[in-house]
Amino acid sequence: MTATSAPTPRRTARDVVFVDGVRTPFGKAKPDGQFAQTRADDLVVKLVRELLRRHPELPAERIGEVAVAATTQEGDQGLTLGRTVGVLAGLPQAVPGYAIDRMCAGAMTAVTATAGSIVMGAADITIAGGVEHMGHHPMGFNADVNPRFVAEKLVDPQALNMGVTAENLHDTFPQLTKERADAFAVNSQAKYAKALANGNIDPDLVPIAVRSAELGWGLATADELPRPETTMEGIADLKTPFRAGGRVTPATSSPLTDGATASILAGGDTAAELGLPVRMRLVSYAFAGVAPEIMGYGPVPATDKALAIAGLSVDDIGLFEINEAFAVQVLSFLDHYGIADDDPRVNEYGGAIAMGHPLASSGVRLMTQLARQFEQHPEVRYGITTMCVGLGQGGTVVWENPHHADYSGHTSEEN
Amino acid sequence: MTATHQNAPAERVTHALVRDVVLPGGAGTLALVTLDNGFDHTKPNTLGPQGMAELSAALEGLRERAAAGELAAVAVTGKPYFLAAGADLKGATAIETYDDALQLGRMGHQAYSVLGELREQTGVPTFAFVNGLALGGGLEVALNCDYRTVASDAAALGLPEVSIGLVPGWGGAYLVPRLIGIEKAIEVIFTRPMTQKPYKPAEALEIGLVDAQFEAADFLEQSIRWAAQVVTGEVEVPRRELDPQPVWDAVVAGVRKQLDATVGESRPAPGRALDLVAAARTASRAEAFAAEDVALADLIMSDEMRASVYAFNLVQGGKRPHGAPDPELARPVTRVGIVGAGLMAAQIAFLFAQRLQVPVVMRDLDQERVDKGLEFVRGTAEKLVSRGKLSPGAAARIVGAVSGTTDIQEFASCDFVIEAVTEVMGLKKKVFAELEGIISPEAVLATNTSALSITEMSADLRHPERVVGIHFFNPVAQMPLVEVIHAARTSPEALATAFGVTKKLRKTAVLAGDRPGFVVNRLLILVMGKVLEAIENGTPVEVADRALAPLGFPMPTFELTDLVGPAVADHVLTSLREDLGDRIPASPGLKKIVAEGTPIVLDRPAKGLPKPVDPAVQAQFGEALAPGATGRNGTPVLDGPGVLDEVLTATAQEIGLMLEEQVVAGPQQIDLCMILGAGWGFHTGGITPYLDRTGYSEKVLGRRLLEDGVANVPAT
Repeated sequence: MTATSAPTPRRTARDVVFVDGVRTPFGKAKPDGQFAQTRADDLVVKLVRELLRRHPELPAERIGEVAVAATTQEGDQGLTLGRTVGVLAGLPQAVPGYAIDRMCAGAMTAVTATAGSIVMGAADITIAGGVEHMGHHPMGFNADVNPRFVAEKLVDPQALNMGVTAENLHDTFPQLTKERADAFAVNSQAKYAKALANGNIDPDLVPIAVRSAELGWGLATADELPRPETTMEGIADLKTPFRAGGRVTPATSSPLTDGATASILAGGDTAAELGLPVRMRLVSYAFAGVAPEIMGYGPVPATDKALAIAGLSVDDIGLFEINEAFAVQVLSFLDHYGIADDDPRVNEYGGAIAMGHPLASSGVRLMTQLARQFEQHPEVRYGITTMCVGLGQGGTVVWENPHHADYSGHTSEEN
Repeated sequence: MTATHQNAPAERVTHALVRDVVLPGGAGTLALVTLDNGFDHTKPNTLGPQGMAELSAALEGLRERAAAGELAAVAVTGKPYFLAAGADLKGATAIETYDDALQLGRMGHQAYSVLGELREQTGVPTFAFVNGLALGGGLEVALNCDYRTVASDAAALGLPEVSIGLVPGWGGAYLVPRLIGIEKAIEVIFTRPMTQKPYKPAEALEIGLVDAQFEAADFLEQSIRWAAQVVTGEVEVPRRELDPQPVWDAVVAGVRKQLDATVGESRPAPGRALDLVAAARTASRAEAFAAEDVALADLIMSDEMRASVYAFNLVQGGKRPHGAPDPELARPVTRVGIVGAGLMAAQIAFLFAQRLQVPVVMRDLDQERVDKGLEFVRGTAEKLVSRGKLSPGAAARIVGAVSGTTDIQEFASCDFVIEAVTEVMGLKKKVFAELEGIISPEAVLATNTSALSITEMSADLRHPERVVGIHFFNPVAQMPLVEVIHAARTSPEALATAFGVTKKLRKTAVLAGDRPGFVVNRLLILVMGKVLEAIENGTPVEVADRALAPLGFPMPTFELTDLVGPAVADHVLTSLREDLGDRIPASPGLKKIVAEGTPIVLDRPAKGLPKPVDPAVQAQFGEALAPGATGRNGTPVLDGPGVLDEVLTATAQEIGLMLEEQVVAGPQQIDLCMILGAGWGFHTGGITPYLDRTGYSEKVLGRRLLEDGVANVPAT
């Protein structure tokens, strides 16, 4: 004990940038899907290895955290994914890792949580991603739901069925008609087909070797679920599996999907030091809860919150990547902000209705696509990635485009 | 060809599954063939007639597609962990006619021909993605392709054919020396198989057997990417020029000389393989492959090949010991005591600590000996770490697990105690009696004796049923065999414990009865004794030393005696003669050698050649006499063939007695023991197939030891 102790060092906040993101092709979560006989953890492992191959300028020992999300953390998605993935990918033993679950916003949370570590100075570079092999792990399978939810009427039991919550949104907002939802879905398929033809999908895909005992080894190189032939007439009379006489059909829902995503984040100063590409700068993020019965509305309060933190308004946002769990859920968001159903700023490459939605992985897919759109739209300064989350949450991340003329930069003066 | 053998076992068919893969970078379509027998990793892909016909048909289909311009590349890979383990040996040994044997070679060449010819015919290159184990015909699939990648975790690559009486006859003998050069080819085709050391992936890359190695985590993805780069010309794979003819010839001549000295006439396969390799430089592909077919057919129809496959199967099956009691009966072993701290004891201590991962305590009479034993354990651990054979962590655990003491009370908490003290009955009995007062009634007592009666050793104990023999061979770490000895009163529990322990030690255990010398020493020392007996009678040492060459033993008699140590050899020979009688020869000359410390062998004339007997050793036996003259024992002096005849006659007789005495369950156990404990060759099938095929069992015992066809080409 001395009379004059040294002052405690204080950290200054640093910027976090999105360096790169990749994903597996998405597969049909069925026994005949392309990943039916492929392990979930292997999907992420191959992505991490590809990210490192794409960035030889990134020394693996500088990775400070590996966060991997999955909604169902058992079987081939069990055993602390972030750590197992690091070991299986051949990262140095010193690189730590952990698993994350925020249902559909798992990968998004892996990004925001490890971004927090970077801001704190606990890590310079992180890997964040997610995986969901819904063929191996049907949603909610094996979950032991607390009886209090029902006994105390905390949540309508039907709110655990995501399709039912989509029907509830149609009830809550009668102006969101089935026809609008169908039109949105048809447009999503068309936008995806166009993006694919224009070469906007493939660069982010990592081919995955897949084995089938019956067919032998093959290579998954493309998304399996899109239906480019979709028309209004073709889907008008589809069944409504979530409610007799309902409005939500398979065509306006994201299909059950197997797939994984991974991304690299870095402190702005670290990116500059190592010469890592900067594809987006993280501006702000927020998560917010809503009534579980209309979980699809979650992006609205989350976006309000994230914009408020950033000091921006929705008018400042030039590109939107919103997860299409259900068409009606996207429409509820667009209506709230007075954005047209077919606004070209929204989901330029199509969305989960076409590609699929491997729950905990989708967040990073939104970011990877937004990053590519930023390159193609230097006139846009800000964009958001947002998604709804089961049991009533939403998450939104606001990003700045480094290609914009007024880009604020990502290295602070003091550094 | 299948129609002709009704007796052929059902083939576990390896299917050829074909899928199209889109190559990255717009490089076109790759047709990917997966070899998969539909079973899990415990049943490797093997290549039999049906599977080869499927592969042939699949590749013919791809030939058409390639010709039609649909394909940019063709590749072959395997189910997880395996490309293929080689030809279906069960099917090969069931072949009854020469024509069928000829067909086996042709079938391979026909199936693989597409892989070898496609680029020439259509411009479409072929690739092998060696994702796992690739041996023999399995590696030859890859060798016939234009390019090869290997996964960093592939268990083994190699051409072991020569070791099982065959030649790499599906293209290997022709392609390997042309691909990697004649010198490396000799290593691949001869040296490695004979020492049973297949290649690790990195080694295979280094010598050029494969062109690229990728990590297991995304091996196939990277292999496909690499293939695309080869297709587009982005990656070029250089090929070496053929070695000049004089170099080729000189290397072949050198190997020929070595084979003459080591293999001689004992088996045909190495010589046939060398003939093919010698011709590979100038032969056309068609000529070379036709010669491979003939060599394969000749060898498949040879007794040496049949005996080799019999031996190979014995060794493979040795992991499930014959006659072992229910493993459930085994007592838990949580702390091991070793009586003695000498060289044998310390080797055993190291192995127990390493494999059983339990505390091991060595006890000897004085601290100096104890310290020496512990020093051996520490030194061994350090040596293995420095050679990269042991991790520092594992080494620390082993060294930490072994303790030493002079206090026999330290054995009180051991549940398994093995003695390795000097081979003196009185001493061993004293040790056991002392131990019985200390250890718990359930503890198992084992002895590492090689010559003494375990039944007698345990006769005075209160619990003789807990005593079992576990006979290790020197050097303990390297020798794969352990004889587990069932004494007269050994309980099933003690026996099960011994088998449980030897399994964990990763040794092959053979159950033997409590008879002098058990199996290996009884036959090995008998053979040595018969050779010495001939010398005592007047056969020149040089003649006697080489007399057994036709058997193709790992080394001549005097080199073996030198390795065992003349004193040990004399001790065992004397004790066997005491127990078994006069048919075990006496050798006063050997006693003189021991007494005077006479050197018995000279240095090797060159690496890989045997050590010749030192001619000076003749003096210890008396002068050499002319063959046919009356010898010192009053019988005619034997020439080389005469010595061999005597040895084989005595061996057949001894084996007949051993089977009568029920030392082991059958001839197979004797063969397994001689293969693993004495290094007797696969081509002799251990020994009983050789005695059968040379007529010695008929002549001496009046019957075959093994059924006709089990380890030979059956009489039609």
